[in-house]
Amino acid sequence: MISALIIVFREVIEAGLIVGIVLAATAGVPHRGRAVALGVVAGVLGACLVAAFAGELSNLFQGSGQEFFNAAILLLAVGMLTWHNVWMASHGREMARELKAAGHQVKTGERTLAALSIVVGVAVLREGSEVVLFLYGIAAQGGTTAGGMVTGGLLGLAAGGAVSALMYFGLLTIPAGRLFQVTSGLITLLAAGMAVQAVLFVQNGGWLEYFTTTVWNTSWLVKEDSLTGRLLHTLVGYSEAPNGAQLIAYGATILMILVLMRLVPQGNRNAHVKHA
Amino acid sequence: MTHFNTKSLMLALLLTAVPAMADDAIVIHLKNHKFSPSVIKVKANKPAMIILYNDDDSADEFDSSALKIERVVPGHNKGNIRLRALAPGKYPFMGEFHAATAQGVVIAE
Repeated sequence: MISALIIVFREVIEAGLIVGIVLAATAGVPHRGRAVALGVVAGVLGACLVAAFAGELSNLFQGSGQEFFNAAILLLAVGMLTWHNVWMASHGREMARELKAAGHQVKTGERTLAALSIVVGVAVLREGSEVVLFLYGIAAQGGTTAGGMVTGGLLGLAAGGAVSALMYFGLLTIPAGRLFQVTSGLITLLAAGMAVQAVLFVQNGGWLEYFTTTVWNTSWLVKEDSLTGRLLHTLVGYSEAPNGAQLIAYGATILMILVLMRLVPQGNRNAHVKHA
Repeated sequence: MTHFNTKSLMLALLLTAVPAMADDAIVIHLKNHKFSPSVIKVKANKPAMIILYNDDDSADEFDSSALKIERVVPGHNKGNIRLRALAPGKYPFMGEFHAATAQGVVIAE
């Protein structure tokens, strides 16, 4: 039971953290609960589909279908996170601070809900398909241990939900005026981390054979398999031994988002300058 | 849009980048949640390819943070696992869904 709990928890941490961040990033936006729930439900359904067709999927593209699929949905999520941040930079910066813009906030926030809903869906789908396969495997074996394993799995899911809540309520303790900066920073790093993972899948699919040499190794400091390593992996894209292409993707994603956030016209430039 | 462009790009890359593998792939089997062989030797600094046959009924995930690989292989199915050129050393891997028994190591030398 404990092993099931640990495995499921390990898989759902990532999705849990992302849901927590998305909830905090959309604090005060109406209908966001519905959007996030929709993302979770779609993610779970997608996870079941992916699990059911895992064999077919992996046989696509000369046996690299799984890598292709993972890279594609990760890049989709990177795109959505980028869009959210850029949109919020142009319309949301002042609104987060000025009460008079409350009505405005409703409109702008809702615009990117769909994007964040997709991000949640992708996160749940990616981790969820593994959980489904794992739990299905032990459930199908039957026997006396299966019940305990399923219980462990469900507890693992609950623990993932708790991580989500912790992240969310933790972020909410940040004063409203700063919350926007913090969440857009977190989302930028989240996007960069996802881009790094996407690069790995592209490499594992055999489509990118440049800059595959490990640049440094910090496994002596934080192991990627440890809980800390996994949290850092999700939150800031930590990799214990990144290769060149991963580092390039990481830097390029952050740079792209920051530049776009600067370039896109501000909704209310004066307000922005005043507060900056 | 981004999605579609990425797809075309990858297809284009795919068409040009296939041959680098296949010749001398290393075949390993997963049975009763154990890898055989569980010790895999590869040449250092050269890419290699593992074909993992999962002979069990349930899926498993070839997982290795050292190798940077996560690959789900459904029951009675196979998965291609590409190893990058590795510096000499030991790179442990596991079947994540049955980590108690499914353990192995890649040794690059």
